[in-house]
Amino acid sequence: MIKTDALIIGAGPTGLFTAHQLKLIGLDCEIVDNLDKIGGQCIELYPDKPIYDIPAIPECTGQELTNSLIKQLKPFNIKFHLAERVDEVKNNNGKWEVKTNKGTLFNTPNIIIAGGVGSFEPRKFTPKECERFEEKSIFYSIKDKTIFKDKTVSIFGGGDSALDWAVELSKNSKINLIHRRDEFRGAQSTVNKMNELTKKGKINLFTKYQLKNVKGTKNLESIDIEHDNKEVTNLKTDFVLGFFGLIMQLGPIANWGLNLNKKTINVDTEKFETNQKGIYAVGDICNYPGKLKLILSGFHEGALAARACFKLAKPNEKYRFEFTTSSKTIKNRLGVKDD
Amino acid sequence: MTKIVYIEHSGKSHSINVQNGLTVMEGAIQNNIPGIDADCGGSMACATCHVYVKEEWFDKLPKKEDGEEDMLDMAFEPNKFSRLSCQLTVTDELDGLIVQLPSKQT
Repeated sequence: MIKTDALIIGAGPTGLFTAHQLKLIGLDCEIVDNLDKIGGQCIELYPDKPIYDIPAIPECTGQELTNSLIKQLKPFNIKFHLAERVDEVKNNNGKWEVKTNKGTLFNTPNIIIAGGVGSFEPRKFTPKECERFEEKSIFYSIKDKTIFKDKTVSIFGGGDSALDWAVELSKNSKINLIHRRDEFRGAQSTVNKMNELTKKGKINLFTKYQLKNVKGTKNLESIDIEHDNKEVTNLKTDFVLGFFGLIMQLGPIANWGLNLNKKTINVDTEKFETNQKGIYAVGDICNYPGKLKLILSGFHEGALAARACFKLAKPNEKYRFEFTTSSKTIKNRLGVKDD
Repeated sequence: MTKIVYIEHSGKSHSINVQNGLTVMEGAIQNNIPGIDADCGGSMACATCHVYVKEEWFDKLPKKEDGEEDMLDMAFEPNKFSRLSCQLTVTDELDGLIVQLPSKQT
């Protein structure tokens, strides 16, 4: 059981700056994120797109913003729990007990949800029958590529993941690559490689096709794919891989007894606290009159939520407001020399 | 104001007057039309404002910009009349536009 003053859910810009604010005022925190990397939407959705409305930064990309925030956290030793999703939140004697999908347990008086628009999950195939074969013959990510050796693998998608795996697995497997249109959006060099392998007969390419149905009793046996012109083709296959990017799902947060408003959580604007004492929501996931879904709003909300955490984390101490320019205590925490 | 017709997957139709300059997505969100999520808020980063444009309207719309077709690869059940409604700006020319909503967005 990990004890901490505050647990932050979400390692996007808001979660990162909230951690900074907590550490500045002398509170511990740890961060959990379902993605396997730090940065949230900035990294997953638009790492290379320029952002123009971060105060004092005329232009920066999602990647650059994330790097700067990580650099700003450097003086503090913050533990990240990546590729973990918070599943359960329970109140025990005024403290929150939190459990992740990997079994990590936290005990904390404060939970700050900086979850953006929820957790990123792979977009799945439409036909309902696919669920039956999921994680057995149908996968949305690859953990062990050796299981595909000498088998037939049907790969769906038009981006880098689909192309990279088609090229990689074609060394030892029979590959069908299926995409809804003729153009691929992956790196040109990989597209060229894929075209070469298609010419050599290493990859069977089906464009303007989408998955219509999957067939099999115990194991997956074949799939039906449908052309834009409605013509259906049946392909024998052992495995199916789908790479359609990620979607955002509110996920387990919906079950924590919070006041939800569509996919957002209602909070007050003093502490950014939800209807549950000690649970706060900041950034894109929170909602209040006048809410703006801007990164800068997340920073403000995180700063205030961090102050609110102080009272529950250190009930016998009084929080004192201090400036980073003048406070010796803060400079010590930052590890900078006072001159 | 320009009339935009949103037809839910169930067939329920909503005829809405949307201010010129807003997007078809914003018209739906501001009027609480169910079936358009718009998770990313219109930055063409999520494909959850996906609509099927009524065939006779499809060619009258401004062409897709770079990136929209890529994003549509990730939409729920895209077809050849698919567009992202955040990329359709409402103008007088769109008066009477009919868009159908997919059964879900995610």
